[in-house]
Amino acid sequence: MTQAVATNQTILVVGGGISGMTAALEAAECGKQVVLVEKLPTLGGRTALLYRYFPKLCHPVCGLEINLRRLRGNRNVRVITMAEVTAIGGSRGDYTATVKSSPRYVNENCTACGDCARAVESEIPNPYNYNLNKTKAAYLPHAMAFPQRYVIDPSIIGTPDAERAKAACKFGAVDLGMKEETLQIKAGAVIWATGWQPYDAAKIQPYGYGRFPNVITSVEFERLADPHGPTGGKILRPSDGKEAKNIAFIQCAGSRDENHLRHCSRICCMASLKQTQYVREAYGDEGRSTIYYIDIRAIDRFEDFYQKVQKDPTVKFVKSKVARIAEDRATRDPILHGVDTEGYHRYENSHDLVVLAIGMAPSVKGADIPAEIIADSSGFIEAGANGGIFGAGCATNALDVNRSVQSATASVLRAVQVVNKVARAEA
Amino acid sequence: MGDMNIQAIEQYRSDFLKEVEERVEEGHWVKMCMQCGVCSGSCPFGPHWAHPPQEIFMMIRAGKREEVLSSDSMWMCTSCYNCVVRCPRQLPITQIMHGLATYAHRLGLAPRNQPTRDFSILFWENCTKTGRVNELKLTLGVYFREGLMAGIKKAWNMRNIGFGLLLTKRLNPFELFKGHACKDQKGIHAMLKKAQEIEARRHKLPA
Repeated sequence: MTQAVATNQTILVVGGGISGMTAALEAAECGKQVVLVEKLPTLGGRTALLYRYFPKLCHPVCGLEINLRRLRGNRNVRVITMAEVTAIGGSRGDYTATVKSSPRYVNENCTACGDCARAVESEIPNPYNYNLNKTKAAYLPHAMAFPQRYVIDPSIIGTPDAERAKAACKFGAVDLGMKEETLQIKAGAVIWATGWQPYDAAKIQPYGYGRFPNVITSVEFERLADPHGPTGGKILRPSDGKEAKNIAFIQCAGSRDENHLRHCSRICCMASLKQTQYVREAYGDEGRSTIYYIDIRAIDRFEDFYQKVQKDPTVKFVKSKVARIAEDRATRDPILHGVDTEGYHRYENSHDLVVLAIGMAPSVKGADIPAEIIADSSGFIEAGANGGIFGAGCATNALDVNRSVQSATASVLRAVQVVNKVARAEA
Repeated sequence: MGDMNIQAIEQYRSDFLKEVEERVEEGHWVKMCMQCGVCSGSCPFGPHWAHPPQEIFMMIRAGKREEVLSSDSMWMCTSCYNCVVRCPRQLPITQIMHGLATYAHRLGLAPRNQPTRDFSILFWENCTKTGRVNELKLTLGVYFREGLMAGIKKAWNMRNIGFGLLLTKRLNPFELFKGHACKDQKGIHAMLKKAQEIEARRHKLPA
């Protein structure tokens, strides 16, 4: 990464998840100058927090590895982490973005040796495990973090802990004097790829998320299954740490609901089908998965994966949206209440653990994007208003990784046309 | 009443969904149901219904006219609105249940001796007569619904409350003979007639 000067032929990519990384790399490999801005200390976004991909059940690590290699080898991309775009002024072919960067308190001398983390005593909830466990206040976000550089949490700045971190560093990488900075970046086109966030499950009141410890979300379940996760890859119940062998998956938790998210989040059916295979992987024939659904939407060409899971005797399908969840006070088992659409039988089923297949909401809603864009009623970008700002990935729709990458490549084609036009006009 | 039923059967033939959409209060929402089952699972009276709301909607779409209209299920609705609050498609389920009950009653298909229906009829006749509810007559009407002996027995069981109401001047025995009325009874009756006309027009009911 060289320090490139941004001009009106630069493409600004906002968001460093799989879509933003893809967009930045595709544009850079076309020979365009790219500035990639990411809010968190690392690239990779939510993709890096998945255990496996559907339908092949391969690990996201491998795809990320390839992208990070492409990134390291490309001189056209400048990555700015821990920075947010707060304003975009100007017009197509001539934008100026205001970027506010937060201090990392660790400079580029860092070798990711981990001495600072060993020296620091205070702990913070680990956002890379959806706060399921804690991490030291000086931390490397995760094993795949890019840049491979530690971060010092602002909560310990000014305490003896921060001084301990500084003293522990043999390379002079801890710089406690770092300040918040504001940069102006010129760009000809902007690709907005800020991705998605899980819908706030606590808002689905009848499911008791937040009240019942054994009701978790699908993104948290990914972390439980992951060897880098809080349980070291064991599927354990949050209430008592016992093995959860009888697991219920509730589809459309927040999605397709006028009271929550109006849209179908599209990936959750495939995600739950995939997660039943985590249960099988962990417990073999002893595992029990039950999927409660309205209708299974195995998007794209994934019907064969659905059929494969249907044949699995450990997986049961119940056509019903669960009405409410209660809890057995003694065992803390969640009890699901509802009526089965196939025959209208009333059920009252007890499970070890409930996984809510939580819906996808845009991370930054259309109305909150600091540029003029057209968004749909869920806040996903439909189009930029003046032809030089393009949405990519989950900022535009509820997409899986595959489709996010396609969407990012499509947005690059549009952005490249804009900066090519600028280049011709100036030549 | 029977004529209205025959007229409806002739007009809509086998298209019961269309009949519901046009003639039942909020009936146009029925096609929006996606059969998720949250309403049935959320209903506090759920286990006591022959057909929960989700099933009623499916029966309407399947054209099961007789079964739906003669069912006592929708009369079980207590208007708690739990289903309306939770319905992912925001169907006004409570209103549809009452709409179906009203329509079945008009056609003369509603089940006989259904307590909710009996009470509704009693209440409606009581309050529209004078424009005010005569509580004494209403209460006695409910007590004696199942015959003279049953009525006397119920009234006897409630005697202490009755005397209490009498002592605190909450119950006037003379209400039994004449009862108080609103000032403009004619106006009330004209208003109700007009409302019925508007409703008949809106739901394409035969005059």
